[in-house]
This record gives sequence, C-alpha cells and structure tokens, in this order.
Amino acid sequence: MLLFVLRRIGVMILTALALTFVVFYLTNLPPNLEKLAKSEASARMTDEQVDSWLASNGFAQPVLTRYAEWLGVLPGWTGTSSDGKPMGRCLNRIPAGETPPAYCGILQGNWGWSTVFKQPVSEVLGRSLGHTGWLMLWVMIVMVPTSLILGVLSGMREGSRTDRVLSTFAIATTATPEYVSGVIFIALFASATAGISPWLAEMGWIEGKTLFQGTATSAMDGLTFWNFGLPVLTIALYGIGYIARMTRASMTEVMTQQYIRTARLKGVSFREVVMKHALRNALIAPFTVIMLQFPWLLNGVVIVETLFNYKGFGWTLVQAAGNNDINMLLACSVVAVFVVLVTQLISDIGYVFLNPRIRLA
Amino acid sequence: MADWDPSKPILEIENLSISFFTRAREIPAVMDFSCSVMPGEAMGLVGESGCGKSTVALAVMRDLGKTGRIVAGSIRFKGRDLTTMTEAELQKIRGSEMAMIYQEPMASLNPAMKIGAQLAEVPVIHEGMSKSDAWALARQIVADVRLPDPDRILNAYPHQLSGGQQQRIVIAMALMSKPALLILDEPTTALDVTVEAGIVDLVKALGEKYGTSMLFISHNLGLVLDVCDRICVMYSGEAVETGNVEQVFTEMRHPYTQALFRSIPLPGADKNARPLISIPGNFPLPHERPPGCNFGPRCDYFQAGRCDAAEIPMFPVPGDRHASRCLRWDEIDWTAPPAKRVAKEKLPVGEVVLKMEDLKKYYSVSTGAFGGGATKVVKANETLSFEAREGETLAIVGESGCGKSTFAKVLMGLETATDGQIMLFDENVQSTPIQKRGADTISQVQMVFQNPFDTLNPSMTVGRQIIRALEIFGVGDSDADRERRMLELLDLVKLPRAFAERMPRQLSGGQKQRVGIARAFAGGAKVVVADEPVSALDVSVQAAVTDLLMDIQRQNRTTLLFISHDLSIVRYLSDRVMVMYLGHVVEMGTTDQVFAPPYHPYTEALLSAVPIADPHVEKKRIVLEGEIPSAVNPPPGCPFQTRCRWKSQVPGNLCEVEVPPVQVLEGGHQIKCHLSAEVLAKMEPVIKIAAE
Amino acid sequence: MEDLSWTGALGPFLVPVINMAAIVLAIAVIARILVSLADWARGADAVAVGGPVLAARRRGLGGTLDLAAQVTIGLILLCILLIGLGGFVLPGASKGILGWAALRFWPVWVALVVTLGLSIRFKRRLGLYGKLMDSPVGLVGLALVLFWVFTAIFADAIITQDPLGQLSGMKNIVPGAAVKNPSEGDFAWYLFGGDHLARDVFSRMVMGAQRVLQIAPAATVFAFMVGVTLGLPAGYFGGKLDTLLSFLANLVLAFPVILLFYLLVTPEIVQTGIPMYFAAVLFLFPVIFFAVLFNSRYKTNPPRRNLYVGVTLVLGLWAYLGLAFNADPLGVWSMDPNMLNVFVSVVFVNSPGVFRIVRGLVMDIKARDYVAAGQTRGESPWYIMLWEILPNARGPLIVDFCLRIGYTTILLGTLGFFGLGVSPESPDWGSTINAGRKLLSIFPHPAIVPAVALMSLVLGLNLLADGLREESLKD
Repeated sequence: MLLFVLRRIGVMILTALALTFVVFYLTNLPPNLEKLAKSEASARMTDEQVDSWLASNGFAQPVLTRYAEWLGVLPGWTGTSSDGKPMGRCLNRIPAGETPPAYCGILQGNWGWSTVFKQPVSEVLGRSLGHTGWLMLWVMIVMVPTSLILGVLSGMREGSRTDRVLSTFAIATTATPEYVSGVIFIALFASATAGISPWLAEMGWIEGKTLFQGTATSAMDGLTFWNFGLPVLTIALYGIGYIARMTRASMTEVMTQQYIRTARLKGVSFREVVMKHALRNALIAPFTVIMLQFPWLLNGVVIVETLFNYKGFGWTLVQAAGNNDINMLLACSVVAVFVVLVTQLISDIGYVFLNPRIRLA
Repeated sequence: MADWDPSKPILEIENLSISFFTRAREIPAVMDFSCSVMPGEAMGLVGESGCGKSTVALAVMRDLGKTGRIVAGSIRFKGRDLTTMTEAELQKIRGSEMAMIYQEPMASLNPAMKIGAQLAEVPVIHEGMSKSDAWALARQIVADVRLPDPDRILNAYPHQLSGGQQQRIVIAMALMSKPALLILDEPTTALDVTVEAGIVDLVKALGEKYGTSMLFISHNLGLVLDVCDRICVMYSGEAVETGNVEQVFTEMRHPYTQALFRSIPLPGADKNARPLISIPGNFPLPHERPPGCNFGPRCDYFQAGRCDAAEIPMFPVPGDRHASRCLRWDEIDWTAPPAKRVAKEKLPVGEVVLKMEDLKKYYSVSTGAFGGGATKVVKANETLSFEAREGETLAIVGESGCGKSTFAKVLMGLETATDGQIMLFDENVQSTPIQKRGADTISQVQMVFQNPFDTLNPSMTVGRQIIRALEIFGVGDSDADRERRMLELLDLVKLPRAFAERMPRQLSGGQKQRVGIARAFAGGAKVVVADEPVSALDVSVQAAVTDLLMDIQRQNRTTLLFISHDLSIVRYLSDRVMVMYLGHVVEMGTTDQVFAPPYHPYTEALLSAVPIADPHVEKKRIVLEGEIPSAVNPPPGCPFQTRCRWKSQVPGNLCEVEVPPVQVLEGGHQIKCHLSAEVLAKMEPVIKIAAE
Repeated sequence: MEDLSWTGALGPFLVPVINMAAIVLAIAVIARILVSLADWARGADAVAVGGPVLAARRRGLGGTLDLAAQVTIGLILLCILLIGLGGFVLPGASKGILGWAALRFWPVWVALVVTLGLSIRFKRRLGLYGKLMDSPVGLVGLALVLFWVFTAIFADAIITQDPLGQLSGMKNIVPGAAVKNPSEGDFAWYLFGGDHLARDVFSRMVMGAQRVLQIAPAATVFAFMVGVTLGLPAGYFGGKLDTLLSFLANLVLAFPVILLFYLLVTPEIVQTGIPMYFAAVLFLFPVIFFAVLFNSRYKTNPPRRNLYVGVTLVLGLWAYLGLAFNADPLGVWSMDPNMLNVFVSVVFVNSPGVFRIVRGLVMDIKARDYVAAGQTRGESPWYIMLWEILPNARGPLIVDFCLRIGYTTILLGTLGFFGLGVSPESPDWGSTINAGRKLLSIFPHPAIVPAVALMSLVLGLNLLADGLREESLKD
C-alpha cells in the first residue's frame, strides 16, 4: 500500500513538473514577453528597446533556466539595469539593508509580483482561494448528496417511471453548461424585468426587486442564501447530472448482479436489498467520479465566478490570463494542477479502500 | 403450513406455462410443464441450453424478472399455490423453506460483505435470531459443508476463497434455515471435475442428513444419475419424458431421450467401430416451434400427418410414475439397434510430424498489490516431451491451470519457449514467434477454439472470414478462385453455401464452431490444435462436431491435438492420451493404457470423478481433498502430492522433496510417479461395466 | 407596423388553456411524488421487482395521477403545435412571434418530416440507426439534432435580417418589435428582439448554429482519429508504449480546460505559429489511419493495396498541406489561422478522452478468441487492431461520438463565452451569451436565446447517445 502511494506521488510530481513547465513555456512565449515589456515600461517601445528591457529584467535567459529559477532550484538571476542599479529576481521588494536570498522560487514560497493586482501573488491567491473554498464547500454540500440520491433512486429500478424522469433530468442538466444555466437562472430568479421576480415583487412577497441577487459580489463579505444560492446551484447542477448518471449506471449494473438475486431469494426485502447489498457496491464507482469531477468543478468555478462577479480563484485566473499577468497565471496553474492531482490520488486510494477485492488482493 | 400432509408432494407443478414478453412478441419459454417432487426426493431436470429448465426453477422461486410471466398453470409448494402469492408472502418462504444455488459461485456472493454476515443474514431475517447466535450457527454450517478453518472463512471476503470453497459457501447459505426444498441450477458447471466430485458428494450427503428435497438442474446426464432419484427430460420448453432415473436411463420411451443417449460418448463407444450418432437438425427457436411434436422435424420415427397434427400430451408409461410425450411410445421398437450407424475404418498412423523435447515455458509475474512486490516465476510448462504422428489424435487432458493452453500458445508461436525444442515437420520452431514463421508453416498448424460465441468476428460475414484466411495463407490466384474455395470449405463442414453471406450472430453455436473448423482447414492444415472445441456445445451438437472433425482428419490425414478436460470424449476419439497436472505431464500412453490400471494417482482420481450416464457402470469413488494449487505457488516435490491418496505408499517424504522421475512401463506407457512398480501393478480399475 | 405578441391571434384562446394545464400538471406531479414516497415508506412497492406483474398497469391513486399528467402534457403540446401551425395559416402580424418563427423554419420542418418519415418507414433495414426509431428518447434526441443540422444547412433561407446588420432604434429591443422604417421587401420585425448592438437576435442564433455545426463534428472526427490511432496500439501492445501514451493522455486531462484554452487560444500563440505545429501533428493522424487501414487489409494483394494507399496519400496529404500549413497549391483547402487555432485546441483537448476509451475497449476485446484466431493465422498487429478489434468496438464509440460532439459544442461555447479565438462580430452562441450577460438582469433575451439554442442542441446529442446506448445493448 505504502509503495503504491509512493509510486503515485512520484508520478504526480512528475506530472506537476511537466504541466507547470508547459504553462511556464506558454506564458513566456516571445509575444507574451513583448506585451509584458510594453505594458510595464512603455507602450511605444521599439523592438530593440523591448529586447533590452527584457534583457535587463532577466527574461533573456534560456527558458529552462528561468523555469528552474522560478521553481527555486537555480539561484535567481542578477544583473544591472540600464541606469546601473543592481537588479535581480530576488532583489525585488526586499527591505533595504537585508541580504537577498540566492534562491527565490515557489519552493521558497516566493510566488512573485502580480502586475494586474499590484500585490504579491501569494496575497491575492490566498484571498481568492478563500472565497473559492466557500463556493466549493457549498457546491459539494449540495451536489454530492443530491446526485447520489437521484442516481440510486433511478438506478435501483431500471426502466421504471422514477428512473425515466430522473434520467431525463440528469441528461438535461449535463446538457446545460454553467454559462447557460447561470444565464437562465439569472433571467428567471434575478431579473427585475423577466422571470418570477417582478411577479413576486408585485405580490409583495419579496422586499427587493429580485428574488435572488444576480451577482455574488456581496457574498465576499457575508454569505446569504440570496446572494450565494444561484452561483452554487449553477455549478452544482452540471455536476449533479453527471454524477447521478454515473451512480445510476453503477446501481443498475449492481442490481442485475447474481448476488442481488441471491439476496432476494434469501428472502431479503427489497429495501434491505438496496440498502445492505447494493448500495456499497454501487457507490464505489461514483466515488472516483466525484473526485475526478474536480477539474470540471474548476471549469465551473471559473465560469460562474466570472458570470456572478465573485472574486475568487476563477475570477483571478481570468483576470491574470486576460491581462498577461505571468506570475499570477503561473500560480493559478500550479494551484489548479495541484488540486487535480491530489484529488486523483485521493480517488485512487479511496477506491482501493472501498473495494475489498482490491485491498487484499 | 399446518394443513400440508407430508405424504403429499412437497412441490407440485401443474401445466405450467411461462412466457417472456418483448417489445416485438410473446416468447413462450415453457409450455404445459408438470412435475412433482416428494419429500426427501431429488428430481433432476435435464435438457439442452434453451430448453427452459432454468426458467422452471426461477418460476418456482417466482423470480422471472420484469419480462417473464407465468401465463398458465400452478406451482404448489407444500399445498400452497406460489403463483398467487404476494411479494410479502414470498419473502417469508424464500430462503427459509426453499433456497436456490446457482452456477457461478463467485457471482452469487456479495463481494463487499464478509462471508459470515452473508450467512448470518438468513436466520436473522427468517427466525429473528440474534446476531451472535446466527454467527454461531453459520460457523456450524460452514463446518458442515466440510470447509477447513470456519472462523477464518467467516471473516473472509468472497474473493479470498477458491471457486470450490465459494460454492460450498453458497450451499451453506442455502442450508442456513434448513429449507424443505433446494433448487440447484447447474451448481458445478463452472468448476473443475475433481472439485465437482466433492461438491456432488456433499450435496448428496447433506440431502440425506437434512431430508431436503432437491430440484437439480443440469445438462449433464451422468451427474443427474449420480445425484437424483427421478428425472424429467426437457426439450424446447416441454417435459418430454419423466420417471425414475434408472428406468429412464435404461428403458427410455421418448425418441429425444434415446437420441440424446446415443449421442453421448459412454464407455464402450468407439470412433471407428461404434461411432456416436448426432441428432440431425437444430434446436427450434422459441417462436419458430413446429406444430405438434416439437422434436418431430429431428425425429427418426416421425410420421407426417400424425406427429405434426396437434399438441401432444404426456402419456403414462408402465413403470414408476413414468410418462412420455410421444404419440408412438408403444409402437416403436426401443431395443432395435440404430439404423444409421456406419462403422469406419481405423486410420493408419504415419510419420512423426511434431516432436517436443523438454519444452519449458516460464512466465514471470509480479505479485502483490499494485505491481509492487517481488516478481515470481510461473512454471506453466515443465519438461514436456512427446511426439505426434500424421493422422493421429493425441488428447491432452487436464483441469484449469494445468498448462494445456500455454502449451498450445507456444506451439502456435504466440509465445516462445523458455527452453527445449519443438520440431514441426523438419523445422525447429521453439523460438520462432508467429510473425517470423512462413505462410506455409502457419497454414500447416492451425487451431480450433473453445468458445463458439467468441471464435468468429461478429462484424464480418462468414464467407469474408474464410476468404481472409485463404488470402493470408496464399491460397488461390484470384478473388473468384478463393470464393470458390470458400464455398468448398463450407461444403466440407456441411454448412449450406448460403451461409457465406450470413453474419455470425445468425448462426447457432454448433454452426459457428463448424465455420471455425472450416477456417482452420483453409490452408490445408496438417496439425490442428483443438482447444476444447465442443465443451461449450450442447451434447447433441457435440457429437456432430466431433464427427466432422474426425471426418476431415480422415480425408486430410491431419494430426489432431485434442485439448480437453472431458475424459468421456477423450476416451472416445483419441489414439493416445497425455494427462497434465500443474504444468507436468503426469501420464502418457495409448488410450487403453491410460484408461486402465496402472494409473497415475491423479488420472485415477480424474477417471473416478467423471460422471457417467450409464447405470451399468460401476465406479470406484475417489474424491480428492482440497483444491488445485495455484501455478504461481506450486507445492515442492511432486506437484500432486498435496492431494494424492497413495502418498503413504511411498517411503519417506520423497514425494514432498523430489519431482518424481518418469517411469516407462510396458508398451511405452509413461507415469511420472514415485510409486514402485509393485504398487502400481496392484491398482484396480476405476470403472467396471457390469454385465447386463 | 405593429409589434408582434408572442402567440399572435391564437394567444387569447390557447394561453389560458396552457396555464391551466400547467397548474394541473404541477399538482399532479407533486402528488405523484408524495404517493410514491408513501408507498416506499410502507414498503408496498416491492411488487415491481421480480415476480410476475400480472396487472399491466397499476391502479389506484397513483394511476389516476399518471393519467392526469399524461393528458395535461399532451394538451400543452397540442396548444404549442396549434400556435406553430397558426404561423402557416394566419395573416401577417396575427401569426405572433412563435407563429412567424415556425414559418421561417419551414425548410427545416420539411426536411425533418421527410428524413424521419423515411427512417421510420425503412427502420427494419437500417440497423442500429433504424432501431433508434423504437426508442422515444433516441427519437426525440435525433429530432433535436436534425433540427439544428437542417437549420445550419438552410440558415440563409431562415434568417430574417442580416445577422451583422445594426438597425437604428433596435438596441436591446424586446422580442417581436417592429423594425423602424423597414425598406421594401425586408422582414418587418426583430422576432427575438435586438442585442446591445441593435442586431437581430433570431438571425444571429440561426447563423450561430451554422458556426457550431461547422466546427464541432469535424473537430470530434479529428479527435477520434487521433484517439483511435494512438489508443489501439496502446491497448493492444501494452507495455512501455502504453505507459508513455497513458502518461501523456493523463497529462492533458489533468489540465483544467479553461486554463488550457487561455494558454492556447490567444492571438500571441497564433503569432508564434504553435497552432500550426499542433495541426501538423494532429492532422497527420487521419492520413496515417487510412493508409494503415488499407495497407493492412490489402497486403496480400499488392496492386490493389498500392491503389488504395496511393489515393489515400495523395488526397490526404493534399488536404493536409492546405489545412495545416495553408500551402495547398490548388487553393482548395484552407483554414483561417484563428479558426485553425480554435479547431486544433478543441481536437487536442478531446483526443485524450477518446484515447482512454479506445484503449479500454481494446484491452477488453483483445482477449477474444477471434483475435487469437487472427494471431494464429499470422495477421499483422495492425490488421487485427483495425479490422478485428475496431469494428467490434463501434457501439460504445458511436455513443461516445455523439456525447463528444455535445461536449465539443459546450467547449466552443466556453471559448466564445471568454471571448477566445472569435471575432466580436461572430454570431456564435458562446460569444453572444457573453455579450448579452452584461445587461442580463434588465434585457435577458439576447443571452437567453442562444443559451436555450445551445442547450437544446447538446440535449439532443445527449439524448441521441442515450438512445443509441440503450438500443445497442438490446438484441
């Protein structure tokens, strides 16, 4: 078991290195750097000026070297700027008088400076991750139980009316990406001119103009059902359909197994068959699915945070990517890749624990 | 329950009809089926696949699924009609008063629950027993089904047990509430013969101990003879003959029963002098049954205008509750010898075409979870030496894990040998993988596969598949030429030429197997490896396919390597036999030598384990203890020493230390055993045919 | 010209009916759920499992409620159908918005009726596609998909206004508004209203369908080519090759898609020429696939082999040069660099998923006896993979293909939503939703219309996949 985990972690680190390098390479392409130079120094630079700016800011080194520096396994570059001041990766924003460290990559906890937010990346990242954490938490609370219950209910009797209704619902939600469901929800529940809000306001059942709030900006200060309900629902809905379908497939498969018949012909009642014999076997597969859902949730988070203007991780990612904020974008990728890989690891290990056939094989 | 009289039948099925309803049509699965089981009696339900025997069993349990429905008739259990019971009433009966055992033991046990919990569940539900009492009872029953170390087993998960152990657990589960009726649906089909023998013994003993009535479903007539008192033969959804087992086996009164017995290889059958007679034609599809007698179109005694006029009822026949669904049961001369039997000449044996010397094949596998642990060497084949001559049939016999399939792979070139030599004609091929072999060599050695449903590519027409083989083997100069050759091959395997355009799913199992044979002979193969070619087919089809193989062998003077676990068919068709156990050849000789003493102890047990559907045969009962060891972890010394009953006859612990040498007895008969020649000479025959 | 109402002249009669029916339906559904829950709690519903269900239909309160729900659903559908038919019968403005929309789609209706009619007529001869006609779910899915396919084909005949044209006074105008001072022969209304640049939402939606259906199926086909060509050997040979390819596939799958798009679909990337390198690799796969396919099949017949492989190589490489490098000497094949970028990225994101499915299927099928039979007659590995294994994996692959077109549609929408790789003019659904969302709570229609369109197409594809899966399992 330990060996297995170690091997998995080894592969994970390799994957993380490969992925971050790809991101590093793509964000540091010459056109991106040129754009960076023009936005940081002056928009009307000549090509030679751009080159010299890049050289004096340490961007002229080979990309692998800079990747290693960013990682913190090579000492940061040093040099002098055109006006003779000492420059260096590790010199920036160090209080005067202190000796700058030789290594200052992410391994040393130095994530760099965000050009968009004009703050250290780690600060922005920490804050936005906090916001996103709440969002994810509520999404999970809504999504996981709902989808499992729906899946089990429709899967325990394949072809029944319940099954057909719930399956159609699940298919419909998987056909509705977040940017569609979000738009529809806002129109239905948070529009002053359409949906049910005008009617509710007329009846005097709601105080404001709309039932829900169309943005989640206020949720960053205090969560309420009315400002957070729609974003959570929007993300959860897509996942609900997907996980419910997986659970249903797994459940229907289990229900046709011979051991379910054995149990039934032992005289076990249907409810007991479902609860005692089918459920555990049926939930093994969805567990992995839920865990592998995280890359997808990240997608949803990006869309929903943009749509509802909630300044979490996804919103930050969009800002960084849209404004060529290289350090911020790199940091976001590291976080995203890390989340994905850790959930994969958990999914693998969890699968082994849930399935006695593998555990002791 | 109080008003049930124990002298009445415990199960009484009357005029039962069951249909499955699909979107297109109603498919009648069982029609007008009647039978009764008395207390303590074992009733055998016999028939080919698709005859409806399992459907009857499920109907008794009232578990026909969403599409199945009882459309007429009644099933009375202890006097109460099961067909009208509510789900709640059924729940009370299931598992407590009647229980069922299925074919696939692994699939019947919940993989995520401990054995103990699954067993204890039964009395907890039905008798309201406390959990600890239930576990104690489970422990006792587990000991009853002769499983070692019950405590360990109760705390194990199903996948930690072997197939035989799992089936014992399923039996234990069925016995937890001491049911009055036990339904066994092919309980041993998925198991090896020597393991099967143990289970059969157990079932018989427990039936006697608890006085349980049994409904025993099987396609194997020999097994039914072993276990049951009464028998009911089914054909295409109907019971065609029912009665006392001995009586039905010796004085059958239905043409189908008779044809069935003539098509199975009983001791005394011989491929040259007394060949088997296959039943002509095919099993009718459920929605295409003929009018009148279902067996009519395939029956030798068929009379047009009479047999196909109206539905035929069961007629009582003199004897012990004997009945037959044949209009002409008292007109037919049941003792007349079969008319169609044609004796054939024995094929003379030619040159040596294949010679193996000290062939070894080892695999290295990594053990332990997740590919972590150390790698181990599996010795799939250990010093295999033999030769096969032109026109000869050499049978390779053994149970699962004995290395017979590995041997076939090495011969075919799908794997290369670890050590040793294979001489094919005049060529050394032991280390030539198939990609490096010439088209000639490849077309000379071909294979017929076991599973008819798997042997043909489902998305290519039959003709195309044969033509492809012709193309690859370089037969024929043009497309038209190959087309003609393909049609000739269909003729050769006695399939209509129209089949060339069919897709495999439109063919029955036997027909598919014929196409497989045609494909194997496309390049005029001289050596054919037949890997259990008939074991997945129904008995009546088996005879036809074996016959076909041997006819082609006669024409082409092919060397046939016949891999099988079925000793009856091996005795029938092979010239020489090689018995394998855990990668070793333990015995080799002519068919007569192997089937008569002296035996290797394993051959002896194997012979005794094979059920024979002939009440005249007397068998010595030898039940092997334990399971076949895993090839990953074979025992030291003699591979068979863990289960050998003769081990005490060998001085010291020689068996546990040393792999025995090959003793060559008279006539070239080889036995790999430490037993001395004197002990071997004292062995008695396992099978005796009683004088009639 | 007066503005249009939603339902036109029939509205006053039919809308109350629809409202009533909807209320009854809602009550019936809620009551039905409560009845089911009550049954479940009592354990009385166990009959449906196992045991012969002698009564065809269950009676009682539940049965009545089911009937009520069915009747009301039928009623609502009938009313909607009537309103649509009204568009063909009623004059001018009394058609209403829905009537006009139904009328504008007339080529689609004709094509749909002809296609489905013929399919149902000859369903017994059409294999799996024909069996789809027996599955209500699959049929609905197919109808939805065909609707959008025909819409894309006949888009030019359906649109009512120039999708890029901006008319004065029509900014964010409500659906059904009449065009101010229409010129002679022009359509007089904005059926689904105007967007923030005063363009016709209806026409943009129709043109959006065209854009999506140009890219999504083609990109999915390419993703399948790549996934199949790599997945077959990975699953068949296993070993180091499999380890390497699987690692690479997992690498791509571990990337959050949006991050990948933000990195890959940018004008800067187009400048560097990276999409061209990607295309150079990815577009080579179909050529390889077909060349190997024919080569393995006709190896025993060299003249024919040379013919087929030759034709494949000539055609394939010709298209390859044009599409990947824009270097087609005859100028037939070409692709806009931005479009190429989007296309390549979508293919790149999709192929690892296909790879994984194919690999799994191959590992399953390669244990079959007919594969062993192929091996023992000395077939080349590629023949076995392409002609023995692949055709027998087609069921799950067809299902996945449908799902994946839907997924690709969603991805394209995502790209549009973030404004990646599309021009601001583009009528594609994603960017229209993005443009409309800024004023969403005041003027919902510019965003809702493409949102519903996208949803219905993907829903259709998913239902189609579900129907196919179900029908292919039967038999």
